[in-house]
Amino acid sequence: MDAPASEKRLEQLREKARQEGVVPGRGVDVIGGPIPRKPGYYGEGVVKPPVWTWEVPLYFFFGGIAGMSAVIALAALLFHHVDLARAAMWLAAIAGAILSPLLLIMDLGRPHLFLNMLRVFKPRSPMSMGAWILTAFGACAVPGLIALELHAHQIFPGTLDQLLSFAAGIFIFGAAIFGPLLATYTGVLIGATAIPAWFLHRTLLPIHFGTAGLGSAAALLELLGHRIPALNLMGFYAAAVETALLIWLSVAKHGAADRAIHEHGSGWLVRIGEVLNGPLALLLRFFGFIPWAAISFLVGALVSRFGWIAVGKVSGADPEAVFASQR
Amino acid sequence: MIGEGTHSTNQRRHNYVQENVEVGFFTDPTVCIGCKACEVACKEWNEVPDDGFTWSGNSYDNTGHLGASTWRHVLFLEQDRQKGNQVVGSHSLGNGDGEDPFRWVFLSDVCKHCEEAGCLEACPTGSIVRTEVGSVLVQNDVCNGCGYCVVSCPFGVLDRRPEPLRDAGGAFKCTFCYDRQKSGLVPACAKVCPTESIVFGRLDDLRARATQRVQELRQHGYDDAQLYDPQETSVRGIHAFFLILGEPEAYGLPPKPQVPTIHLKSAWTAAFATAIASIIATLVAFAFSS
Repeated sequence: MDAPASEKRLEQLREKARQEGVVPGRGVDVIGGPIPRKPGYYGEGVVKPPVWTWEVPLYFFFGGIAGMSAVIALAALLFHHVDLARAAMWLAAIAGAILSPLLLIMDLGRPHLFLNMLRVFKPRSPMSMGAWILTAFGACAVPGLIALELHAHQIFPGTLDQLLSFAAGIFIFGAAIFGPLLATYTGVLIGATAIPAWFLHRTLLPIHFGTAGLGSAAALLELLGHRIPALNLMGFYAAAVETALLIWLSVAKHGAADRAIHEHGSGWLVRIGEVLNGPLALLLRFFGFIPWAAISFLVGALVSRFGWIAVGKVSGADPEAVFASQR
Repeated sequence: MIGEGTHSTNQRRHNYVQENVEVGFFTDPTVCIGCKACEVACKEWNEVPDDGFTWSGNSYDNTGHLGASTWRHVLFLEQDRQKGNQVVGSHSLGNGDGEDPFRWVFLSDVCKHCEEAGCLEACPTGSIVRTEVGSVLVQNDVCNGCGYCVVSCPFGVLDRRPEPLRDAGGAFKCTFCYDRQKSGLVPACAKVCPTESIVFGRLDDLRARATQRVQELRQHGYDDAQLYDPQETSVRGIHAFFLILGEPEAYGLPPKPQVPTIHLKSAWTAAFATAIASIIATLVAFAFSS
């Protein structure tokens, strides 16, 4: 006589458990059986994974470009590359004052309440500091661009033009101060959380996000036709730092606590991103394929931003990662 | 405590809000019967939407975990250990020597209302505040749903409520029935708990009572009874603490929870260093090539 269906199912589960260890699925986490039990409380997450969707990693990408473009604009002005400064300020204003706020507002659960972000000033909350940094950056980048363009086209005569040139300098200087903070605070934002794979790399993240922002800004300006040695040098610098970060990430492993970076699809995204904006971009630039190096860096910077958010989702849902990070 | 009747702090009407006295929950699984009345009472009083009608297959727990629409959650643990010197019944699955090898533990989980609350520190709108009674409250009308508290809670309590539920988009968690407490009422879950497994009262009283209860249980053979109230970590204690049997991991509780603000210093240092390095690198690149 055949065994009942439920017995057959049990045999299947036992076989699967023997081969693969913990069996996923409902109703298999029971006591007293030969099937290994899930970690923690039925494998439920201990912390909550981020609710953020595609808007946030895309914001990290554009915020990085915007912030570091302002630094390039200031340096270009100081060294009399006015056309480059104008292009960089256009990038800063479009990415930093239009795209970034738009993406951030879209990601909110209640977008119509976005102004509540400026209700308080909380130095201990990176989200609050980020909102203020973005606001300050926008308030510098937009008038800076307008003043620079008016000055470049000599719209007004004499004293007024001199005043405009002075104002452009002040505003662009301001943007170049808030810009690097805009590009790096996002690393603090996800580094100072309860997600194990994030907080274990809280020093790496701001370095990565900031440097990826710098390299992306330089790469985008190169692709827009500004092929000058200074941007090439910056490309070398950013790709070299990213290569070092890739090595750091591969050496400083924390076992189960940050396995989301080294396993799963999230791990692949981070590593592919790091290879593209690290060693590959460096090699391509070394052999003189500057546009390809720029494209490689930009794609890598974008992919790794998505990778780090994916890492947070995987790591946040993994109870063993939380336990391992606290042992 | 059992036997106190209407004098129990769970039943007595008392306005702690006006007195600015810190209050708390002490949840004791050794007297919990797993009736889930706390979950129901919480949902009814606070008009919390349902959290899905799914069978988890995990013992009698079909709730899963705390979240935006789950402010009380009764855990059902099946463990291969004895529950103290419990009386062995005819249901025993032991090897015949009179020992019951299994125990079934119920624990009503809730927001911990941390002394150093990660969500409170993280909130960029000031929506999350500390109340007069020491609890942590999300002001629904201020929250814009940025989701930062979700990843900042070391206990995974908060979540953003998805569409199409009412008040979707905001972050939600246990309010400690702040509205009831303002009128001198006991939080709904404690009020309804038939065995006083959930005890509501002054925080200092509860801590003393909990310590006494652990000693009592240990005397009765519950060797692995302990308090879960992480006062030695950066969370610096919780206002809703638990008595647990065995290790916190089995309850999905972090063994050493830390408030994420402890990571701020090293992260901001890296950020400022990168910002300065980027400015210098840019200036050097331009100076070098002009």
